[in-house]
Amino acid sequence: MKHIAIGILGAAALGFAASAASADTLSDVKAKGFVQCGVNTGLAGFSAPNDKGEWTGIDVDFCRAVAAAVFGDGTKVKFTGLSAKDRFTALQSGEVDILSRNTTWTINRDTALGLNFAGVTYYDGQGFMINSKKLPGVNSALQLSGAAICVQSGTTTELNLADYFKANKMEYNPVVFEKFEEANAAYDAGRCDAYTTDQSGLYAVRLQMASPNDHVVLPEIISKEPLGPSVRQGDDKWFDIVKWTYYALLDAEEAGVTQANVDEMKNSDNPDIKRLLGTEAETKIGTDLGVSNDWVVNIVKATGNYGEIFERNVGSGSPLKIARGINALWTKGGLQYGMPIR
Amino acid sequence: MSQEVIHEATPQRASLLYDPRVRGIVFQVVLVALLALGIWWIVDNTIENLRRSHIATGFGFLKGRAGFDIANTLIDYSSDNSYGRALVVGILNTAIVAITGIVTATIIGFLVGIGRLSNNWLIRKLATVYIEIFRNIPPLLVILFWYQGVLALLPNVRDSIGLPFGSFLNNRGFYFPRMVWSDGAWLVAAGLAAGIALSWYVARRAKARQMATGQQFPVFLTSLALIVGMPLLGFALAGFPLTFEFPQKGTFNLTGGVNVKPEFLSLYLALSFYTAAFIAEIVRAGIVGVPKGQTEAFSALGLRSGQGLRLVVIPQAMRIIIPPLTSQYLNLTKNSSLAVAIGYPDLYAIGGTILNQTGQAIEVVVIFMVVYLGISILTSLFMNWFNTKMALKER
Repeated sequence: MKHIAIGILGAAALGFAASAASADTLSDVKAKGFVQCGVNTGLAGFSAPNDKGEWTGIDVDFCRAVAAAVFGDGTKVKFTGLSAKDRFTALQSGEVDILSRNTTWTINRDTALGLNFAGVTYYDGQGFMINSKKLPGVNSALQLSGAAICVQSGTTTELNLADYFKANKMEYNPVVFEKFEEANAAYDAGRCDAYTTDQSGLYAVRLQMASPNDHVVLPEIISKEPLGPSVRQGDDKWFDIVKWTYYALLDAEEAGVTQANVDEMKNSDNPDIKRLLGTEAETKIGTDLGVSNDWVVNIVKATGNYGEIFERNVGSGSPLKIARGINALWTKGGLQYGMPIR
Repeated sequence: MSQEVIHEATPQRASLLYDPRVRGIVFQVVLVALLALGIWWIVDNTIENLRRSHIATGFGFLKGRAGFDIANTLIDYSSDNSYGRALVVGILNTAIVAITGIVTATIIGFLVGIGRLSNNWLIRKLATVYIEIFRNIPPLLVILFWYQGVLALLPNVRDSIGLPFGSFLNNRGFYFPRMVWSDGAWLVAAGLAAGIALSWYVARRAKARQMATGQQFPVFLTSLALIVGMPLLGFALAGFPLTFEFPQKGTFNLTGGVNVKPEFLSLYLALSFYTAAFIAEIVRAGIVGVPKGQTEAFSALGLRSGQGLRLVVIPQAMRIIIPPLTSQYLNLTKNSSLAVAIGYPDLYAIGGTILNQTGQAIEVVVIFMVVYLGISILTSLFMNWFNTKMALKER
């Protein structure tokens, strides 16, 4: 009896140790047949369910691109809505395979939290929004001394806010909520004078207000917020796949490969495009990465290139109408630079 | 000796296997060993997995700079203070809402509980309706009701509702003047202390006199006069060293004065009203649990119903009330962690922020458990002491 019990316990211990600390996410993902992706519960343009109940947004499309790279099918992905507070624990514990939830890349998160950031899908910066009807005459964040400010807890936003007011020797009243929706509701109800988050987020929140035209985004940008997907440390293979999915999206845009013309482009004679789309003879680029050789074709078919994802979700094709700005390709004066696929 | 007799009576070979005492010990040893093994396995696994995932461990992070601000603080705190101090701010915020909530819930609970037994039809029905409503709604909904349904609907700062004594009510909370004491204020405090000491002495003497002679003395009125009068005397002697700082309209909010924020107000009101419904039922059960003969007995002695309730029924009812009351106090304390839904910076909310900034989930959760356990054990100890004091003394 005793021996059996200990034997069972020992076996369970080994099993637990093996599963919890698994260092091979790619095999796990392939075994279960889908990519589990942690996203925001509702931030227009980044990840929010549309009127048909389907997830849409840049962060969501990035996960679809990873699924397309792994499975050749952008629909083999499941989404987990996470609050700012739960997101890192969810990734660390293996609940999600990728965290693609408008998360700022910082050194602390990269080191002490055990994450690896795969790239920057959106260069953002923190700003403020006020209700210009209630506060006429306020047109700079430097006039906000003494204001009550709604902010989401556990974000870099919360820290930047404290630093900014301290640096400018201003007072403020933080009203801190765990969930994005709660902070929005409190701001709309007039609990706070100003709302602060990443500027892209402010444009999205503005559209959710009872009367969007009353709200203005102040010009100051008080921080650098490079937002990107992250994975667990210690699994280089999976990290490579996520990282190169990001570069593939950028390189596809640079090469002019779009969702519409990708099949045509497969016949291209341009060696860059042939390498990108895996049509080169005896190519091993895809298989070395651990996916199929036509992985970029699959990605572009599923989501389009980076530019298409941007325009569809936050750019001219969306209600947000955010300009490419610093998120343009490096060839067009922006910061987005895809490493060469060769 | 009797043990030996039993041993001799049973055959030697079978004794170890069938001896209930030996079997008992063996099973307990096995159980303890399994438990220890299980705990060791969990701890070891956790440490190993954290190491493999490159996640920092240990409580050293508490010394790090917090970097975030907190709105409601009972002690001095800024973003330059440590995570440890931020946690203390959170613990104090939890404690203040728990203590004020417990006091208010007890008062409302006793009133409603007694109201349910009232002879007045209207009071009885109102108390029933109150209990049925609040007892059957989840506490989170009650909190959101107060926050979004009541306090958020108050006018904004520019149209604040003016209340007497320079206080204001708006959707940023309740503002009232701050008392600013100048030199000589110690005389007021000294007066208050003297008043309380004298009242205690008067009460003792009055009781002794009643025991000896049967004559009563108006202890309550005398004490009231002493406790109010002595500080006033000190106040006058020191030359009225008090000024008020009134809330003023600033650019955005009212500035100056004391601001009780809507987050605290709604949590406090919700927890009080919610728990009061349970306390009311406990109080009713306690009073109904006192045999009817006691009521008849005090009537026969010539006590009025109010006197009888106070001197005969309630002391006996308390013995039934206190033990379940303790669990309600513990529930209220634990329910205060729902504060996170409305942005009140209690222990759970601040701990959650720290967890997210540092990523040290296990350490922060351990702190949560230790603090809530500590608060609960303190409450239990106090209530057990109170229970022993109130329990029937067999003479």
